[in-house]
Amino acid sequence: MEIPYTVEIRRDTGLYNGKLGMWLFLASEVMLFGALFSSYVLLRVGHPNWLYGAEKGLSIPMGTLNTLVLISSGITILMAWASLKLNDFGKYKLWMGLTVALGILFMVIKGTEYASKFAHGHYPHTHTFYAIYFTLTALHALHVVGGVLVNLYLWGPGSKMWATEPERFTNRVEVSGLFWHFVDLVWMFLFPVLYLL
Amino acid sequence: MQAVHAAHTAHAAGVAHAGAHHASPGFWRGCIFSTDHKVVGIQYGVTALFFLLFGFLLMGLMRWQLAYPGQAIPVVGPFLHWVLGGDAVGMDAQGRMGLMLPDLYNSFGAMHGTIMVFLAVVPLLAGAFGNYVIPLQIGAPDMAFPRLNMASYHCYFLGGVVMFASFFIPGGAAKSGWTSYSPLATVADMVHRWDGQTFWLIGMVLLITSSLLGSMNLITTIVQLRAPGMTWLRLPFMVWSLFVTSFLLLLAFPPLEAAGVMQLMDNLFGTSFFLPTGLMVSGQALPVSGGGSPLLWQHLFWFLAHPEVYVLILPAMGIVADIIANNTRKPLWGYTTMVYAALTMGFISFIVWAHHMYLTGMGTKISTFFQTTTIMISIPSVVLLTCLLVSLWGGSIRFNTPMLFALAFLPMFGIGGLTGLPLGFSYTDIQLHDTYYVIGHFHYVVAPGTIFAIFAGIYYWYPKATGRMMSEFWGRVHFWLSLIFMNLIFLPMFVQGLDGMHRRMYDGGVTYAGAADPASGVVGLSQLSLDLNKGISHAAWMLGLAQIPFIINFFVSMRRGRKAESDNPWQATTLEWQTPTPPPHGNFVGPLRVYRGPYDYSPAGGAHDYRPQNEPPARP
Repeated sequence: MEIPYTVEIRRDTGLYNGKLGMWLFLASEVMLFGALFSSYVLLRVGHPNWLYGAEKGLSIPMGTLNTLVLISSGITILMAWASLKLNDFGKYKLWMGLTVALGILFMVIKGTEYASKFAHGHYPHTHTFYAIYFTLTALHALHVVGGVLVNLYLWGPGSKMWATEPERFTNRVEVSGLFWHFVDLVWMFLFPVLYLL
Repeated sequence: MQAVHAAHTAHAAGVAHAGAHHASPGFWRGCIFSTDHKVVGIQYGVTALFFLLFGFLLMGLMRWQLAYPGQAIPVVGPFLHWVLGGDAVGMDAQGRMGLMLPDLYNSFGAMHGTIMVFLAVVPLLAGAFGNYVIPLQIGAPDMAFPRLNMASYHCYFLGGVVMFASFFIPGGAAKSGWTSYSPLATVADMVHRWDGQTFWLIGMVLLITSSLLGSMNLITTIVQLRAPGMTWLRLPFMVWSLFVTSFLLLLAFPPLEAAGVMQLMDNLFGTSFFLPTGLMVSGQALPVSGGGSPLLWQHLFWFLAHPEVYVLILPAMGIVADIIANNTRKPLWGYTTMVYAALTMGFISFIVWAHHMYLTGMGTKISTFFQTTTIMISIPSVVLLTCLLVSLWGGSIRFNTPMLFALAFLPMFGIGGLTGLPLGFSYTDIQLHDTYYVIGHFHYVVAPGTIFAIFAGIYYWYPKATGRMMSEFWGRVHFWLSLIFMNLIFLPMFVQGLDGMHRRMYDGGVTYAGAADPASGVVGLSQLSLDLNKGISHAAWMLGLAQIPFIINFFVSMRRGRKAESDNPWQATTLEWQTPTPPPHGNFVGPLRVYRGPYDYSPAGGAHDYRPQNEPPARP
């Protein structure tokens, strides 16, 4: 039994199954992070003594660096997908490898930030700002880890599919790229909301 | 036409036989780790029916405490004491073992709601019927993502195991209501360091994951895998209803997941998302940073839980619509209107949630907004119900068991819907909020409403899944007894509610009745309400007995039931009946094309009174 439209595009919808599935998944993710961002707003305006600016003790240079790292990884995964479209598997390996490396770099920087928070005695239970900060960034970090694992698979053992089903493999990279861009986008909101505002 | 029909059947039967030659996948691949949508659907169905019974039994025990407060539960009481221990079940004043203690009552109440909504009714509708029927109705070989489908069931099963296991941990299951309002949900377990609420939250995260995987799968399947010619307005209404439902599940559940994560942080890591400053517990200030918002939990919870109401009702309407069209032998009246009504209902259901919160002091302006949207949403509901009712007009109705349940759904859901109007208006809700009136209202929607539709669906699609019919006689016994006892249970609750009986009274209102003091003008609960408690409880236990014919019928008919005389025993038009019975892996035999709308019953001309969707138009 073959499920139709796993690889080829259905004419009247313009989609293959995996792409639609990922868009739907991302819609639900928007609601997940949307709920947390709304909670952030509500908690902030309702709190008797919220933390502002330097009081928060967050490192803006580190946050900016991480933003640049994630933006770059968004470019590299796009290049990885484009390389496959241009039939250049060697370039794909390079760009996908870079994407994975940048994802890991992001986690390392995030880890040092966490460590410095703990060193200063800032824990989720010390203040509701840190509660929402740790919840949001940890949930985002979980998504980064998930994305890195999938990309690592597509870079390593999963790339064998290129030899047998190149189109399906390209689709997989595209769908993984959609997810990775979403993770990227969430950080684009997290950084100003938590660090700058 | 008869000949064509017979040829269809013979052809299909031949292929089913051929299908049997495929290597059997074995027990593990075939029953536990199967990716076939039909197996996953049946897995969902059987597990959810078990939880439906389990949730009902919890209520059966609670009804004893409400009818005979302070008395040990006979027969089962000592057993409960043996299983759950002395913290949950104690000795009554007469020295008999088996008195349900308040903590156990609270945890049974919370788990009854949780199990019925998240582990029984939604999995039956979206999991069982959604998985089994939808790919067949749209002419797809399977779901779009078969392995995700399997994962969805496994997450659901694990969530169920976690919820079930929580009864047996120290302190028992969650006891802060199915709504788990903070700060109660955080404080309730804090003093004793119990874990019931933590289990509840972890169970919920698993169930939410399962519903996420299931709903994105179902939407993708409906969008991508419709057979050639199956245009949007040729979809059976059942498919439309589950399409809208899946969107509700996909978009409304994540905020509860976010809320669940935050409550988990509150309970385990000492954060104060939902704990305000200056919270006192047992006369002591709670040692937390404070500054949180208890209202935030309610907003996030009801942002899911109100669309959830439409998750419970829309697929039920889908089932009823298909069965009504089939058994009146005429097209649905206003099919297109119904589709648009269902879509409208889906959209509006996202902006009505705070009508559960009129009493929280969130402000009259906000109440006014939500009151307006709430009354607006009754329009599509009424449109749907009216279309179903008018569909009966002029039909030559066949009163078989599925049709009886489908017909009873209409007035039962009608009562449930109309009694909701006073709850939608903020000024009348102030009087009725959290009383038995509310309990009666939503149970009319879900119990004799949705659950009757589920029964209708089981009787209707049973021959497709098993190749045998369920007993018509015992079906009727099951129907009439269920209808009578359902009403005997829920109708008196409106009276109790108007009398002021609160939904969470552990003693059934005895203390409140005793508070009456005519001299000082204090009015307590009337004796009538206390007497009604007994009547309701007896009816509830009889309702339990009335399910025995169904359970026996369900299992015995698998082996002994009358064989369905063809692949299409109800002479239906939709595609699931144009397959071999039970459908083989991959569902359809040969290429499939759809030529007409879903309910082409009693067409002009032709000897037959129905035309299947895949029957080519007659050559002129």
